[in-house]
Amino acid sequence: MAYWLDMDSFNGILKELSADNVVYAPVKMTGKGAFSGTDLVAYREISGVEQIEFKEKSRFSPKEIVFPITQTLLYFTEEEYAVPGTGEKGIIVFCRPCDVNAFKRLDEIFLRNGGRVDSYYRELREKVRFFVIECAESFDSCFCVSMGTNRADGYDVFIRAAGGGFLCDVRGDLATLFEKFGGPAEMSLRFIEENKTKVSIPESVDQSVFGHGIWREYASRCIACGRCTVSCPTCSCFTMQDIFYEDNPNRGERRRVWASCMIDGFTAMAGGHGFREDHGDRMRFKLMHKISDFRKRFGYNMCVGCGRCDDVCPEYISFARAINRVDALMKEAVENV
Amino acid sequence: MLDINTKKLMKNAYRITKHRGITALRVRVLGGGLDAGYLDVIKAIAERFGNGKVHITTRQGFEIPGIPMEKIPGVNRLLAPVIQGLEVEMGVGIADVNGGYPAAGTRNVSACIGNSVCPFANFNTTELAGKIEKLIYPNDFHVKIAVTGCPNDCIKAHMQDIGVIGLVLPVYDPGRCMGCGACVKNCRKVASGALEMVNYKVRRDHRRCLGCGECVLKCPTSAWTRGDQYYRLVIMGRTGKKNPRLARTFLEWVNEGAVLKVIGNMYGYIEKYIDRSLPKEHVGYIVDRTGLPVFSQEVLQGIELGSLGRAAGFIPFGGYTY
Ligand code: SF4
Ligand code: SF4
Ligand code: SF4
Ligand code: SF4
Ligand code: SF4
Repeated sequence: MAYWLDMDSFNGILKELSADNVVYAPVKMTGKGAFSGTDLVAYREISGVEQIEFKEKSRFSPKEIVFPITQTLLYFTEEEYAVPGTGEKGIIVFCRPCDVNAFKRLDEIFLRNGGRVDSYYRELREKVRFFVIECAESFDSCFCVSMGTNRADGYDVFIRAAGGGFLCDVRGDLATLFEKFGGPAEMSLRFIEENKTKVSIPESVDQSVFGHGIWREYASRCIACGRCTVSCPTCSCFTMQDIFYEDNPNRGERRRVWASCMIDGFTAMAGGHGFREDHGDRMRFKLMHKISDFRKRFGYNMCVGCGRCDDVCPEYISFARAINRVDALMKEAVENV
Repeated sequence: MLDINTKKLMKNAYRITKHRGITALRVRVLGGGLDAGYLDVIKAIAERFGNGKVHITTRQGFEIPGIPMEKIPGVNRLLAPVIQGLEVEMGVGIADVNGGYPAAGTRNVSACIGNSVCPFANFNTTELAGKIEKLIYPNDFHVKIAVTGCPNDCIKAHMQDIGVIGLVLPVYDPGRCMGCGACVKNCRKVASGALEMVNYKVRRDHRRCLGCGECVLKCPTSAWTRGDQYYRLVIMGRTGKKNPRLARTFLEWVNEGAVLKVIGNMYGYIEKYIDRSLPKEHVGYIVDRTGLPVFSQEVLQGIELGSLGRAAGFIPFGGYTY
């Protein structure tokens, strides 16, 4: 069912929903960009629709809502431990189609990988309902069409910001609420059907490309800052930290914290060895995971083509171009057989 | 029969040069930035009245040499749009734009390129340079002021009577920190080692922090973000024959209001303590004579240092003497 709502009625809905839900959306924070005089678009809890940034792409993805950067897994004393709760409320996430698809990838990793379920992830993930923001136009760096992630399914509400109000396609039990606040409307869903950036995914990538000079080039360009992976909606690596409180080291907590294959220390082992020190090797590992290795296990690619990695790289390294270069190398290899 | 009042000529921003009867005009370029269109005016003056050459000064102005002294009124009329655009429109009180510059003692307020271009910059340097110019110009006292966007000090604020350095208070969100250590390592390498890792999270020692904002720039997760904007004021740096030295910190972590007020107050201090038997006494030498406490007492009048602000009680200026 589709409904049209003006700003006030949409806020009426948000107000009712907020009783039982925490609502997250991309928010533009003035002056919070790294460079002075620039803004940061990232996920924050909101109470009104006017707080939502509908125009710009968020720098960070919504994954941090169900996979927090720092998450306390348990508190411990000498005798016992306690697992923190996540509250009673549901979670509503305003995000774009690619991000909904990214959650599907996270689900594979956290819920269906190796026959184990990550209960911490599941607990938060089960609370989530998606309010999908329609992409009116593709951003320059997006390549969702190439990745087949331009369409979103599994949402509760699909929103088009139009004419000072919102056209919403509503599924499931929320329809009653929308009916109360909005008027009936016609809506045909629109998805992005073409991006400026296009990638061609190699059918398979084998070790023949591992020795190629492009990795030496990336080794000389990449500074291993990790921005690409931290902004990526599908990167899911984490590390564990046991904290002993400074004023009482007999107590503490165990946390899980994001980690990145691009950042120093990811492959650190006892004795100080690391087996992927070279930045070009890290780039290759990341790329293989995103467009080949994940697919081998789950049948589709990990990367959703959101283009955030390209947007944030301070060294202007384009992941999309890297994919295309590897594709070209593989085609060359096939031709040379 | 050339009869020139050299005092007036110099006050009008012209020079007595080594060539008799020939002068040079110094054009102020506030904060070092100007619309390219003004270059046509500079060019026209140089070609029509000067010797066709332009010298770029260390204070980010243009010096146009080779101008016969009797041409000054004509030059001033041609200069009017520059004074209008770069001074009057910035709010500087100049009554007659056709008469050339009304004073030359207080020099052009120079500025690094700041946050309109530079990624390190903590604020808009040109804007602050404009506010300072509006406050202190025209004025005959010999004062040099420069504004720089961050502690890298590209404008060499440390060589000025007053150097204004832009700071940012880094704000930390421990929940967003993934403990990558990039900020800690970088602060140690390029700034002051104000950060350390404690229990996998970052601790900042404010007493050692320069407010450069490098940690904000380096953080991949935006655990560090920009907090409030502050300034550090370094004072009484100078080159020259008598005891050249770098400026030292007088105020730190103060706001713009305090910066402007101190600069304004300093002119009152000069008025009160300048040695009028000299043709001109630079403010730094006045401070050498009166001592810092007298200077502080005058310039800190009515200043709100704020909760973070601090003022130096003693400054070991150093430098060297020949
Ligand atoms: S690899 Fe880049 S384009 Fe692909 S999902 Fe991650 S951030 Fe988006
Ligand atoms: S953002 Fe760019 S420089 Fe940083 S780790 Fe990723 S590819 Fe390397
Ligand atoms: S002083 Fe700082 S802000 Fe100014 S140009 Fe240099 S680095 Fe950039
Ligand atoms: S602002 Fe500069 S000195 Fe202060 S903690 Fe950050 S990097 Fe270090
Ligand atoms: S750079 Fe950011 S994420 Fe890394 S340790 Fe510093 S605050 Fe934490």
